[in-house]
Amino acid sequence: MNTSTDELTPLLQRGYEAGFVTDIETDQSPPGLSEEVITRLSETKKEPRYLLDWRLQAYRAWLEMKEPHWSIAAYPPIDYQAVSYYAAPRSVDPKRPKSLDEVDPRLLETYRKLGVPLHEQAALAGVAMDAVFDSVSVATTFRETLKKAGVIFCPFSEAAVEYPELVRQYLGSVVPYRDNFFAALNSAVFSDGSFVYVPPGVRCPMELSTYFRINAAKTGQFERTLIIADRGSYVSYLEGCTAPMRDENQLHAAVVELVALEGAEIRYATVQNWYPGDEEGRGGIYNFVTKRGDCRGARSKISWTQVETGSAITWKYPSCILRGDESVGEFYSVALARHRQQADTGTKMIHMGRRTRSVVISKGISAGHGRNAYRGMVRMAPTALHAHNYTRCDSLLIGPHCQAYTIPVLEVRHPSARVEHEATASKIADDQIFYCRQRGLDEETAVHLLVNGFCREVFQKLPLEFAVEAQKLIAVSLEGAVG
Amino acid sequence: MNNEQPLLDVRNLWIKAQDQFILNGLDLRIGLGEVHAIMGPNGSGKSTLVQSLAGHPGYTIEKGEISFDGEDLLTLTPEERARRGLFLAFQYPVEIAGLGNGYFLKAAVNAVREARGQTPYDAVEFLKVFRELAPLVGLGQDFLERGVNAGFSGGEKKRNEILQMLLLEPRLTLLDETDSGLDVDALKLVARGVNATRSKDRSIVLVTHYQRLLDYIDPDVVHILIKGRIVRSGTRELAREIEREGYEPLLTAMA
Ligand SMILES: Nc1ncnc2c1ncn2[C@@H]1O[C@H](COP(=O)(O)OP(=O)(O)O)[C@@H](O)[C@H]1O
Ligand SMILES: [Mg+2]
Repeated sequence: MNTSTDELTPLLQRGYEAGFVTDIETDQSPPGLSEEVITRLSETKKEPRYLLDWRLQAYRAWLEMKEPHWSIAAYPPIDYQAVSYYAAPRSVDPKRPKSLDEVDPRLLETYRKLGVPLHEQAALAGVAMDAVFDSVSVATTFRETLKKAGVIFCPFSEAAVEYPELVRQYLGSVVPYRDNFFAALNSAVFSDGSFVYVPPGVRCPMELSTYFRINAAKTGQFERTLIIADRGSYVSYLEGCTAPMRDENQLHAAVVELVALEGAEIRYATVQNWYPGDEEGRGGIYNFVTKRGDCRGARSKISWTQVETGSAITWKYPSCILRGDESVGEFYSVALARHRQQADTGTKMIHMGRRTRSVVISKGISAGHGRNAYRGMVRMAPTALHAHNYTRCDSLLIGPHCQAYTIPVLEVRHPSARVEHEATASKIADDQIFYCRQRGLDEETAVHLLVNGFCREVFQKLPLEFAVEAQKLIAVSLEGAVG
Repeated sequence: MNNEQPLLDVRNLWIKAQDQFILNGLDLRIGLGEVHAIMGPNGSGKSTLVQSLAGHPGYTIEKGEISFDGEDLLTLTPEERARRGLFLAFQYPVEIAGLGNGYFLKAAVNAVREARGQTPYDAVEFLKVFRELAPLVGLGQDFLERGVNAGFSGGEKKRNEILQMLLLEPRLTLLDETDSGLDVDALKLVARGVNATRSKDRSIVLVTHYQRLLDYIDPDVVHILIKGRIVRSGTRELAREIEREGYEPLLTAMA
């Protein structure tokens, strides 16, 4: 980076600290999507034939599908032929670096600046990290430690080659490629994400984490993550994501599939901080994501926690299929929309097994001209004897121009199933701020306290370091939102 | 009143809210270590006075001067006033449901301590201080976990105000009808808290329209505020006179 941009960057970033660009030579596929592009992508990744076939089937299905427009988000048409579907730093060896010492220092520096140092001695205690940069994984830490416990944690591309039986068995088994338009697109063109397998009875000894970074311009990111918790196992996983500040919109269409077998538990947390666009709504990531967990075995449990502060548009409904008897699904969410951000997010809890239980706690914060919708579905199938759901949606409005919506759908097909739903909407009142100021707190601190208080229930579900991060992120995102 | 510069000096204060004058040339001087009572009928401007002193943005100062400890109060933000030791116990304490009371109290006390150049309390120190002070107003530790004033009874809210006063150790305390709506037991707890804070370098203003509170807290001066001005000042005896005869004779005399 030259001096003039260096001087400008802090000014431009104002509130979005991850907005910098890493200056690095990149191999990028030309814009456009076709069977040929997909075939080349699969070849670059040296994928087995089964995967290419699957991609091509997905692509053909996608061609027949229509982009969904039922969300509250309004945006100009997306030109899918103008997007580049693969970008990777030239210095990343497709056969993968053997150790961190071989990773391009500019990449290491990028992650250090983002607050997620990759060197094991510098890393967050007890967290193993897979670092994905544009379309490729650049490093995965603590693999040896995990391997000793029998846990597989590696980039998806590697899993496709090394563990083809597992990938073939589970890929698309929770989110089939026909599921929806964006899932089909992802299935056709997906690049790295993480693959996790926890063997029966194993409690994963570390937090697993993936950090997704978009760097290249005019590209999309289409990661795919698959987590399988075998019988009686436990794993906690966290993803973070950021992108540079750019005036054009960038597409991000991910798919995450979770499978919990009998008695297994998966905790999945997201701190989503994609570039949200500027005050006028210029730029920002279009975040169209399909996340679904399948509680396939009895007494299994899947818990989603998300803190969504970034993206120009968020379209995302992490869901649980509660198939196993007595399985449990949870969804804890904080979604923030300010400036011109549009967030349409929520969950689906599909109760099929007996005595299945689910909890949904959603906290929506709207400020500026932000628009925020909670969209949730609770379905109690005819087989869901004595199933129970509790849902609470709270909305907090800051300022007169923002909007909040709550759109719950309930389908109850068995009389013994119980569904409870509560919703509140509140404003940060001037009197509350004055009260805090009279006690010596400045206005900004007062707003942070009020907002953190509002989000507390959800932040408590995050691993400690990330809860602190999430708090800071909300604070930074709301800078100047009041007053 | 002593001859030193008063802690609070209000001169010819004219205040408007929504285009209407509420205070009309009010004068008030409070010396260090003094306890003053301000009495007056409903709607006479008592809350307007104390809210304006605290810097509530809803009131416009049209005219007048206020000095606090020799400094021009009107140039200070509400938080700066608080950090310099001005404390208002609200007539209607504000509810903040999601915010933990303990977290809030600690943040407030540390903001004020830092402004005074004292080291902020860590969690352990804060808890220790809380445990010393809370029993004075009859509050237990469970109360730290609840939301700020959220779902509190009227009495609990008022006692929470007094607890905050004790924690923040203000130089000037303004109590806005802290006695209203309290039963005798709660009133005694509040009075005990206020009396505990009385000292030669702290001043207190009790806003009330009953003289009942004055049975427990003995004021140095009593003022009568009517229609936005102090119309009479005197001793305890003045409060007794109002209790006997009401405000009518004063209002008639003004008309
Ligand atoms: N923010 C405000 N806007 C408009 N009028 C107000 C406001 N605050 C107080 N008033 C009016 O000013 C008068 C004095 O009110 P207040 O100071 O609350 O009296 P007190 O505390 O003595 O009962 C009342 O007539 C009241 O309606
Ligand atoms: Mg009043």
